[in-house]
Amino acid sequence: MPDLAEMAAQAERNWPGDVQAWVDRRTPLCELRCPPSEILPEVVRWLVVELEYRFAGLIVEEEQDEWDLRYLFYSIHGKPGWARLRVRQPLERPTFPSISAAVHAADWHEREAEDLFGVAFEGHPRLGDFVLHDELWQEAIAPMRRDFDERAALEERKPDLEWRPRRIVHEPGAFAMPIGPVYAGVTESAQFLLETVGEDVIRAFPRLFYKYRAIEKIAEGRTVDDCLLLAERFAATTAFAHALAFCRAVETICRVKIPPRARLLRVLVAELERFRHHAGVIHDICESTALSVAASQAAIIEEDLLRLCCELTGHRYLFGLAIPGGLSCDLKDSDCIGAVETAGQILSKLRDLEEGLRYSSSFLDRLEGVGIISLQDAREFGLVGPIARASGLEGDLRQAQPYSGYEDFVFDAALEREGDGFARLRVLIAEAEEAVRILDQVPARLKAGAVSAPVVLQAGRALGWVEAPRGAAFHGVHLGEGGIVQRYRAIMPSFVNWHGFHLAAENFAFQDFPIILATLGLSVAENDR
Amino acid sequence: MSRWVISGLRKGIVTTCYPDRKETAKGVSPGLPAGSASVPEAAGRELEAVCPTGAIRFKRGEAQVDYRRCVHCFRCVRSTRFPLEWEPGYEWAQLASTGTNFSSWPKVFQKSMHIRVVDAGDCGACLNEVKQLSNPYYNMHRLGFFITPTPRNADILLVVGPVNDHTRLPLEQTYEAMPTPKLVMAVGACALSGGVFGPSFVTGNGVKDVLPVDVEVPGSPPPPLAILHGLLFAARCSAGL
Repeated sequence: MPDLAEMAAQAERNWPGDVQAWVDRRTPLCELRCPPSEILPEVVRWLVVELEYRFAGLIVEEEQDEWDLRYLFYSIHGKPGWARLRVRQPLERPTFPSISAAVHAADWHEREAEDLFGVAFEGHPRLGDFVLHDELWQEAIAPMRRDFDERAALEERKPDLEWRPRRIVHEPGAFAMPIGPVYAGVTESAQFLLETVGEDVIRAFPRLFYKYRAIEKIAEGRTVDDCLLLAERFAATTAFAHALAFCRAVETICRVKIPPRARLLRVLVAELERFRHHAGVIHDICESTALSVAASQAAIIEEDLLRLCCELTGHRYLFGLAIPGGLSCDLKDSDCIGAVETAGQILSKLRDLEEGLRYSSSFLDRLEGVGIISLQDAREFGLVGPIARASGLEGDLRQAQPYSGYEDFVFDAALEREGDGFARLRVLIAEAEEAVRILDQVPARLKAGAVSAPVVLQAGRALGWVEAPRGAAFHGVHLGEGGIVQRYRAIMPSFVNWHGFHLAAENFAFQDFPIILATLGLSVAENDR
Repeated sequence: MSRWVISGLRKGIVTTCYPDRKETAKGVSPGLPAGSASVPEAAGRELEAVCPTGAIRFKRGEAQVDYRRCVHCFRCVRSTRFPLEWEPGYEWAQLASTGTNFSSWPKVFQKSMHIRVVDAGDCGACLNEVKQLSNPYYNMHRLGFFITPTPRNADILLVVGPVNDHTRLPLEQTYEAMPTPKLVMAVGACALSGGVFGPSFVTGNGVKDVLPVDVEVPGSPPPPLAILHGLLFAARCSAGL
């Protein structure tokens, strides 16, 4: 694992005259400027295969007279470090080489950029009908372009009722079964196109973005405070994690030093949120297998944690707490200590539940060997979070790229090998255990002090990242003059993981579909934004 | 299997006594900002400015709160020199101005109501609170409320989210598929007013842009007890009480 200066030198040696490199020691980051040619996928392959960097995502920005594409990579092993590939081209030439063949995880990033910006990626196998559904958006509109006014109401658009999704499977006897966007249960709106010859699901396409609220577009031109509301509320079951990542980006731009007490309390609240989120997924898994008593017990755990969060911070989903500079209000030491104790008591309920589940063979039968995602697939698709760790793919930003003082806490990142539903359940339970282990380390570190630092807004660009409950989340923020948001890029763990959804859902029985869905614990709101 | 029966029985009953008695457990609701009857000009102007959705209006010496717009950002408490008092509680449901005239309503929903929930672009919080209604703490089944998988059997259409573009048609089709008599309940700030998302090229001002709304439940998100109150409210109204 070369350090960043070595990486810069090596890149310039490998591609002399084509790649220019420079190092930013503060972040720390190595930027490699590439031409929009076949060199780009070569550099990507070198970063990912030889240097073992992980692809975080792609940020597209329309500047005054050119396209600015930034491909972000981060290291899991060795010293914390980032690599950023930068490709620029005049606006009149919106075509770039695709890197999906080198990094399959980039596939959806390129599709999204094509839909929303109108940029084309040569060599990409399938563009179109992604964010902007074809039956509603018949004209070629690129809403992320600067000249598209997000306040202007578009002409009354009538959906094309004759539109049908593309059929992929043409086996004799195969039929396509669409599920959703409105389907049984209290469920997020999303459509699943399942192609089956009867028992087995051969192809499973999630058709997402029914919940597209254009967060990235409506953020532009807003103040930091207003954008913070968006960051919290587009995927509110993990509101604090996203708010924290957004705040960190703003704090990096404005060079704010977070006071120790704020860092500590942020960890406390973030881990409470992780525990509560995981309890919700465990409930969904039990419910999907119709194990009612277990589902009820998991629901009790989730409700206990929602009430705990409300008692401690005023809101069940932790709204209004994270602000640039720290927290919006202080939490009393006695309240924090009480919350940690209560979390421990709730954890013992989870342990009871886990023991019951471990001896329920009818339950385990529905999870073991079902919905498998292999390690290789997880790596190729760049999966993140508990799902990835259940398939043996390590990587937890709290350890790989520590933030908010996590480097001072002792905890293990969960890891399993099988990649099936049972492995994912075990990872969720292990992470809940580790969350409480981190919480137990908080009381001893509580010291009086400020809970926020003043923030003087200035222009600049930065990335804020967190290990959100569903996985690595990257918020790219570009502030202009007066601290007005010019570009807000939200690279979400669910976006990355939904891309790999079909790996788990294909070639399994129909009856397994809702269970596989539950074990993945994905959020549609987080993906759709 | 007996392991689960014993384990379940051992946990005992945790169900709330609401609506027979007020629920006083901690953490069941974030509360809502109470308007203030008499507020100096400086305070009123500052509160108006600090609220990001225009929920607070300073009129005739009063700080008035439009709960339909409140997104629970807490800035009227934490980011101002003149913090507003907040009221605990959760009985927030109200009749919408655009809905059914209940005086002509047949008395059909007294014993049980079936609810079809539609997610019209919500952030996940409102939907998660609706899910909690089936958990042991709230157990809406004991009051006769059930979630139905099909609009054909549904009495109430419960909508969360601001109704963005792509969910508009599915929402309308679900409503059309429900037989009369039927009610529409809009739950959460986004469903009532577009929340922090609207209006834009993909979202508007909430469910009332698309469907006639009968009952509104404010909050961001409204806690399960507020949604339960809304359902009881809808049932009472439709029974002519």
